[in-house]
Amino acid sequence: MAGEILVLVEQMRGALKSTALQAMTAGAQLAAAHGTTAVAVVAGEGAEQTSAALGEHGAARVIALDADTTDRTAWAAAVAGVARKLSPAAVLLAHTTLGKDLGPRIAALLDAPMASDCVAVRSEGGAIVARRPVFAGKALVHVSGANGLLVVSIRPNALSAQKSPAAGSLEREAATPPSTGLGDVLKEVIASAQKKIELTEAAIIVSGGRGLKGPENFAMIEELAGALGAAVGASRAVVDAGWRPHGEQVGQTGKTVAPQLYIAVAISGAIQHLAGMRTAKYIVAINKDPEAPIFKVADYGIVGDAFEIVPRLTAAVKALKAQG
Amino acid sequence: MKIVACVKRVPSTDTRIKVGADGASIDTAQVEWIINPYDEFAVEAALRVKEAAGSGEVVVVTLGPADAARELKTCLAMGADRALLLKDAEASRRDALATATVLAAAIRELKPDLVLCGKQAVDNDQGQVGLLLAHLLGMPCVTEIVKLSVADGKAAVERAGDEGTTERHEVTLPAVFTCQKGLNEPRYANLKGIMAAKKKPLDERDAGPVPARLNVAGLELPAARPDGRIVGTDAAAVDELVRLLRHEAKVI
Ligand SMILES: Cc1cc2nc3c(=O)[nH]c(=O)nc-3n(C[C@H](O)[C@H](O)[C@H](O)COP(=O)(O)OP(=O)(O)OC[C@H]3O[C@@H](n4cnc5c(N)ncnc54)[C@H](O)[C@@H]3O)c2cc1C
Ligand SMILES: Nc1ncnc2c1ncn2[C@@H]1O[C@H](COP(=O)(O)O)[C@@H](O)[C@H]1O
Repeated sequence: MAGEILVLVEQMRGALKSTALQAMTAGAQLAAAHGTTAVAVVAGEGAEQTSAALGEHGAARVIALDADTTDRTAWAAAVAGVARKLSPAAVLLAHTTLGKDLGPRIAALLDAPMASDCVAVRSEGGAIVARRPVFAGKALVHVSGANGLLVVSIRPNALSAQKSPAAGSLEREAATPPSTGLGDVLKEVIASAQKKIELTEAAIIVSGGRGLKGPENFAMIEELAGALGAAVGASRAVVDAGWRPHGEQVGQTGKTVAPQLYIAVAISGAIQHLAGMRTAKYIVAINKDPEAPIFKVADYGIVGDAFEIVPRLTAAVKALKAQG
Repeated sequence: MKIVACVKRVPSTDTRIKVGADGASIDTAQVEWIINPYDEFAVEAALRVKEAAGSGEVVVVTLGPADAARELKTCLAMGADRALLLKDAEASRRDALATATVLAAAIRELKPDLVLCGKQAVDNDQGQVGLLLAHLLGMPCVTEIVKLSVADGKAAVERAGDEGTTERHEVTLPAVFTCQKGLNEPRYANLKGIMAAKKKPLDERDAGPVPARLNVAGLELPAARPDGRIVGTDAAAVDELVRLLRHEAKVI
């Protein structure tokens, strides 16, 4: 059946990330509005184990794709192969580290336009219309494909995963190999000292700014983040000073994040920082300057010294978690 | 070694965005333009690869309006050898696929060994052109690189993978890479560079028709966040904050 909604789902040894279920939910809801069904495509070791969870979240069918997921050219080619057979109305995926790399590859192979990092997607007059932030969230556009098929990546945490049971019947599919053998060889994946929560996918983020005065004082931020199960972020001032790695920078020239909760500690709230976090569901600001612009966007602010407040907050959170 | 760096001019990051008369693009009347910050990393990386090789040519390419010659001149002053302006008055509104198609046609003629892009242009925030360009040119692509070295027709690059990992790739040239913050610190153009840039070639030609592949139905400003609220001062306010986060916001 042509015109379905194809959802590319990320999985790791049979486990689905929350962002994958969010994309699946978006696909199922879009399919219902578009008068069609959602089809999930999964690849890699353990892919077949995901069919029950995907069915619960609205996948009518689950295609387990036998593709080499260590090679993104091959992976994209395999997904594009499935899309060519199905000729769907849209291909959805999460705008994660992986999704933002795979999405344009798939779009290119299908010669289809792509809407990146979307916060909503709907069916309107027979077309798929995506809503996406531009200018670092200072504006939003509504876009649709000029002739049919649209690839859409969904911003992590912009939509919540919801159950809507469908059949989730499992099918297996052999991969279409890439047409060209391209010379990109992944030589090595170096693990970090500790497994990090991906900033753009974190439900809670604690970020520190220049007011923390030195890299050693980020221990306090890490401890609060640890208590909350949060990822650590930083302002550019802190990254440029070499206190924190580039990958932690939040803002217009860093990462754009949309967590449930964003705690900004000793960050002034410059426009370029706000650009990266203003769509967080709740914002907390801790700053000693009551005039700091961050308070204008903060749902909850505490005026005062971070060195006093943060340890107290960490202790309070730990106490709360201990109670359950 | 011929290296192409793709640069786009974008509104300065502190621009206040206003909706234009067409309701689908921004009002550019008061906008101050800058080189897309990630494209500065691309230009710097191109210059360093050339310098390390001891010879070669760095060509900067833009699809932009006639005024974008200004940003190209800045790149020439940084040290690029020549510039190519593909003129399109509506360039800032072009979608990624349309942009990549035009750029690919021009870049193919240049027969580069290496094509460098920014990871994302901070106007439309698409993050697609590098990968699309690579496909159209039939070259491999690694995105968001933070390390690059070139030797013997191969590039060694690094990028951040999932969950804090670092991926190390070895890529046979020609290839396309998109540049992430952390790759380098872009140099400033000095007076000598600015003087030298005056004599460097800046070719201009019309981009020709650029068929749209993505239609923009409308542009709007986001709903304003409700006004901020101060819970209290100093550590005394912590208990109230925790209560609000748990019972009002329900996020912890
Ligand atoms: C092109 C461009 C791109 C940029 N991109 C980004 C970006 O992506 N991300 C980004 O963050 N910035 C970006 N910036 C920089 C931005 O303009 C600001 O300079 C930066 O965000 C400031 O960082 P900060 O808030 O940590 O430092 P500051 O502005 O110095 O603020 C420090 C804050 O700490 C408070 N403070 C001090 N001591 C204490 C204490 N003991 N307790 C509590 N509070 C305290 C102060 O009151 C102050 O508000 C960009 C700038 C440009 C020009
Ligand atoms: N109009 C353009 N002219 C030249 N390069 C561009 C243009 N648009 C995008 N690029 C390049 O592609 C990168 C990614 O752009 P985008 O996909 O729009 O986020 C940019 O950082 C530039 O290097």
